[in-house]
Amino acid sequence: MTKLLKDGKATTDPWTHVADGDDLPADGPVIVTLARWQAEHNSLAGRADGLGIRLESGQSPEAIKDDLARFAVVALEFPKFGDGRAYSHARMLKDRLGYEGEVRAVGDVLRDQYRAMHRCGFDALEIAGDRPADKLEADWRAALGELRHAYQPALRGPEPILRQRHRAAAA
Amino acid sequence: MYRYDEFDHAMVKDRVEQFRGQIARRMAGDLTEEQFRPLRLQNGLYLQLHAYMLRVAIPYGQLNAVQMRKLAHIARTYDKGYGHFTTRQNIQYNWPKLSQVADILDELASVEMHAIQTSGNCIRNTTADQYAGVTADEIEDPRIYAEIIRQWSTFHPEFTFLPRKFKIAVSGAVGADRAAVRFHDIGLFIVKNDAGEVGFEVWVGGGLGRTPMIGKKIRGFVAKADLLAYLEAVLRVYNMLGRRDNMYKARVKILVHETGTEEFTRLVEKEFEDTQGGALDLPAEEIDRIAAYFQPPAYEALSDDPPALTARRFEDKDFNNWVRVNVARHKAAGYAIANISLKPVGVPPGDVTADQMDAVADIAETFSLGGIRVTHEQNLVLPDVRQDQLYDLWLALREQGLADANLDHIGDIICCPGLDYCSLANARSIPIAERISQRFADLERQYDIGELRLKISGCINACGHHHVGHIGILGVDRKDQEYYQITLGGAPGEDAAIGTKVGAAFSAAEIVDAVETVVNTYLAIRQPKERFIDTFRRVGDAPFKESLYDKAA
Repeated sequence: MTKLLKDGKATTDPWTHVADGDDLPADGPVIVTLARWQAEHNSLAGRADGLGIRLESGQSPEAIKDDLARFAVVALEFPKFGDGRAYSHARMLKDRLGYEGEVRAVGDVLRDQYRAMHRCGFDALEIAGDRPADKLEADWRAALGELRHAYQPALRGPEPILRQRHRAAAA
Repeated sequence: MYRYDEFDHAMVKDRVEQFRGQIARRMAGDLTEEQFRPLRLQNGLYLQLHAYMLRVAIPYGQLNAVQMRKLAHIARTYDKGYGHFTTRQNIQYNWPKLSQVADILDELASVEMHAIQTSGNCIRNTTADQYAGVTADEIEDPRIYAEIIRQWSTFHPEFTFLPRKFKIAVSGAVGADRAAVRFHDIGLFIVKNDAGEVGFEVWVGGGLGRTPMIGKKIRGFVAKADLLAYLEAVLRVYNMLGRRDNMYKARVKILVHETGTEEFTRLVEKEFEDTQGGALDLPAEEIDRIAAYFQPPAYEALSDDPPALTARRFEDKDFNNWVRVNVARHKAAGYAIANISLKPVGVPPGDVTADQMDAVADIAETFSLGGIRVTHEQNLVLPDVRQDQLYDLWLALREQGLADANLDHIGDIICCPGLDYCSLANARSIPIAERISQRFADLERQYDIGELRLKISGCINACGHHHVGHIGILGVDRKDQEYYQITLGGAPGEDAAIGTKVGAAFSAAEIVDAVETVVNTYLAIRQPKERFIDTFRRVGDAPFKESLYDKAA
């Protein structure tokens, strides 16, 4: 069963992923693919219960930059955990494109990547498997706390070391 | 040299504990080998042919005596009593036990060292000119910027799962490139612009391996403050667009090649517009803070060529040869840069025993203000030796079997571990290096041949840099037999070139004769004082082909 780890809390996911060939449910929040969004733009835009979009790791958020306000969720795929394109895409969404909704990771998401995902701007991670909610939350806290510091600026996480070093001097 | 502050210590220490936990989870079965693989690789732990191999970072090749003793201690305690210096200024241990790796990392952390990102598809150990800070022909010390890059690239959240490995090299020297800068994913030359400001010239997409390429210059000048913003722009373009469908086409060199240098540059510049002037701005205070660690020591007021040195050189021919071949000019009068060749006859290039490491540490303290450098040519450097102490230094090195006077000669071979250790290799390379060094053991003969860079790789991944050897040797597998191809005309440095294959491969039995044929051909046709590479450039490969393949004619 898939659980959603959002802001460190394991919750039930209210969103439904709708595959390209499948019918859209009449109501409830849905996440559709880029292809579907492009093909059914007009009918989807009218849905009342929330719309999300799912991008493959080779699909840049640049493709939806003019439509971002319509999506409450942008789901970025990890087809394999070693495919790191979505880290840059998450950062682009939050940093350059000013997206304020939820960015979530879907697919092959591992505990050892939670911290990097969090720092790159992911708000939520879909976790497959049967690990209980409390264990997932413990994993999350452990993963984020393993390294106390960070050298580089990022969207979240500890204040960069460089700034900590020079804050005292600047004050 | 750079010293860790509380933050650097915490980073390394936390990483050791994190890795200890990852190993425990792997051993408990909570991590599959597939999931564990990138985690251990990002900490330098490979599964080799026979055992694990641990690759320890030596950032920009700099060590002090205390660190060298620790490397010796690790070799003795956790391995088989030796270590192997690599072409990326790292050291490898070939026989650590998985259960002891975290303890080794603890030991390293205690002397401000680590194995972070020495492997994996991330930004690797940043390398630099081994003469940094002591060579006269330098605009600024590249170690300052290599250290800044080391910190920025360490656990970079966005660039931990790149399409492929990513290597950065920095050089500050004018006219000389000792770091093979143009053969890196990003190569940085420290330059001065017309306004007299110091910044960086940026080369992207160099590399060896299956598709060797010389990097392309994509920017003539990046200001110091913009260094990280510009690097991040390059990395972001690469991370998003680099090929992930084929690991052999995943390096940034392929992206640059397929996209075109102009378009790639445009994409980087567009990204840079966004990153410039933001959180990545490199404050002058941080540059100053790090530069302070690399201030030159208080050199004594001495003169070049003191009588003590001149007399010894006159009296002792072996010493004179060593000075002529292995010692380089220092920026401070009366000092010298002494190279320690790790290529004695019959020893795998780059291998050093624990006892030799300890001895080098002692020698560095006695003769070189405690500093040691590791070179990408798999040798060591003592950067701050008084010229009037060179003779005593030479005697001390000779006692350890470390006074071979063959730097940049045919005996000074770069060689990968090959099929003796490596699971990727097609052929053995160490035994070939040993046989070549035996064949050319006579130093007088080496001096007559002159500068000749010979480099051997046991497979197309080219860890032995064969493409940039004046003579390159590539091990190939032909119907389960080890064969060796010869390339000629490569060069790693300021005259960067990629060698070209000269013809059909030779068997293991034939290859040493073939090398000798190449050398003899050169000796027969060279003009006075012409180096091998210059003769090759003048005449091309025809005479070499003829002597190698047309003997019957």
